[in-house]
Amino acid sequence: MDIMDSIRVQRLRKGYGRGLPPAVDITDGFSVSGGELFGIIGPDGAGKTTLFRLLTTLISPDEGDATVQGLDIIKDYRKLRTIIGYMPGRFSLYPDLSVKENLDFFASVFGTSIEENYHLIEDIYCRLEPFADRKAGNLSGGMKQKLALCCTLIHSPQVLFLDEPTTGVDPSSRREFWETLARLKDTGMTIVVSTAYMDEANRCDRVAMMKAGCFLEVDSPRNIVEGFDRRLIAVRSDDMFRLLQDLRSIEDVGKCYTFGDTHHIVLKENAVCTPEDISCILSGKYGHTGVEAVEQPATLEDCYMNLDG
Amino acid sequence: MKGFFAFVRKEFLHIFRDRRTLLVLVGLPVMLIVLFGFAISTEIRNVNIGVCVPDQDITVTRLVDKIDRSAYFTFKGWYSSPEDVDEAMRRGDIDAALMFGEDFSSSMLDADGAEVSIVTDAVNPNNASMEVMYLTNIIYGYFCEDMQSYTDGAAIVPNLKMLYNPQLKSSYNFVPGIMGLILLLVCALMTSVSIVKEKETGTMEVLLVSPVKPIGIVFAKMIPYFVISCVVLIITLLLTIFVLKVPVEGSFFWMILVSMLYIVLSLGIGLFVSSIVKTQIIATLIIGMVFLVPVMMMSGMLYPIESMPYVFQLIAQVIPAKWYIEAIRKIMIEGVPFVFVLKETGVLLAMTVVIFTAAVKKFNDRIE
Repeated sequence: MDIMDSIRVQRLRKGYGRGLPPAVDITDGFSVSGGELFGIIGPDGAGKTTLFRLLTTLISPDEGDATVQGLDIIKDYRKLRTIIGYMPGRFSLYPDLSVKENLDFFASVFGTSIEENYHLIEDIYCRLEPFADRKAGNLSGGMKQKLALCCTLIHSPQVLFLDEPTTGVDPSSRREFWETLARLKDTGMTIVVSTAYMDEANRCDRVAMMKAGCFLEVDSPRNIVEGFDRRLIAVRSDDMFRLLQDLRSIEDVGKCYTFGDTHHIVLKENAVCTPEDISCILSGKYGHTGVEAVEQPATLEDCYMNLDG
Repeated sequence: MKGFFAFVRKEFLHIFRDRRTLLVLVGLPVMLIVLFGFAISTEIRNVNIGVCVPDQDITVTRLVDKIDRSAYFTFKGWYSSPEDVDEAMRRGDIDAALMFGEDFSSSMLDADGAEVSIVTDAVNPNNASMEVMYLTNIIYGYFCEDMQSYTDGAAIVPNLKMLYNPQLKSSYNFVPGIMGLILLLVCALMTSVSIVKEKETGTMEVLLVSPVKPIGIVFAKMIPYFVISCVVLIITLLLTIFVLKVPVEGSFFWMILVSMLYIVLSLGIGLFVSSIVKTQIIATLIIGMVFLVPVMMMSGMLYPIESMPYVFQLIAQVIPAKWYIEAIRKIMIEGVPFVFVLKETGVLLAMTVVIFTAAVKKFNDRIE
């Protein structure tokens, strides 16, 4: 299994209704090898959830050719459903059942028991154990996600699909969550995860940047960052709001966006101006005060922001 | 199989955790039975009656006395002329009046017979016709027993007898209707809502990506509601028999069996609805509008099907409750053997098969 690709997509297309562009339209194909931690990042409405639903056989593609663990997502969907785990973005457990009842139920549904696969969920479940009798609906957001992950893992799936598992979860829980994913990956599980957080994307073996239903780039985070071929300048001044408008009107600036407490500008391909030139223009022509401009290496987020540019 | 039982267990947990809904499900039949049995009855009671008679005699007095003694009428007084009766009725003193002809007693033996007219306040036509019917009944009854005692039975009095429900108790009529209504409510509404709820909250997504056959998921949901429906059925029957004192004339066994068939059919309706809609509200609306209202209006529960326009009579034929109510009326109140409800049972069975086939066909094991 390790030589073989865990997920192999030739092409995949799915649209909702006529007149609308397809939600997922992957023509180049991609593959995820066994035991890989594969991230998908993209803005809201990029088609991430649709892609997950396609791969987990919940919806059928308009046309496409894809296999998960060698099983066709259309023909062998029944068999496929027994070996994958899917955790939807929305909290999808029973709020009126207790933590333990939820877990018991999902274990039984998959024909296993909590004891049998306890080793997989041990480090997450030990956090939940004090609340075993609490109704799932009364758990905090992070706890809910942990419980959902437990329920998804309880049958020891070969491939794990997580759709924005950490949205709405506090930073420390997010870190724990990713540590757990790393441990699961070590057991040889293939994990596909979508996220809106760039720091999380950095933890993936490879990430796919998705926009308007297509994969724009699939590579390791490091390669993506290294492949960024434009010059990037971080700019700051006393009037940040006006600064954004003014930066956009400068000739050599290709793209400009807010990045933390600075604005990042990406220079046009053949631009030759330096950070000093930029700050001169800003304080001279536009009358900004306290202007700082520093050239910076790109981060994954910068690559993401410049996907189409 | 283990997964299937886990599902059934989970469904029971859902139901028992939601105490309020459970209370409504069990409390509803009790409420409806009491409501229809006592409060909303088409029976008439304590109708004020006046009598206008030109010359009083013993026959008339005794007849009026008999009417007064019945639970349905209260004698208000004698009136000397039709005008007085009219005025009393306008004032609301009386709801009905008996107007005897001249020389009532003596002309009884004439060839032309005696004359008595019944006048009722027909503001509420239903009540008016009931009053006429009851009064006629009492008068006939009176002459039937009375005349025979002092003539040679020469006067031929037409005999009008109410079959099966001699006291014209309306609860006899309502019980099968209420059963048809409640069972449909519990089964169809609750199953469809609980299946659609899983779709709405997104748990269906998680359940579908599991080895359990999707159709098993919905069948597992039917079992608890089948059990609850049976409990509701038993409660309804107990109330009917012991509180409303409606006797079960026919076979108890067949009545239960036909009811169970109807329960299964209702579950099928619930399943079918849940397979075509996506939200709980739409499911509730569809069950309410498409199934419950016709059951109330067109199953013969409130209004007799025979007196509906032809088109509605045709529509009534496809309403499951119509057949169920008919079957239960026959078994419970008429007390006929099962052979006579074979047609109704057959129709219900056929409907069950059709609706389940449609539901399973329509059921989608993806989430599109």
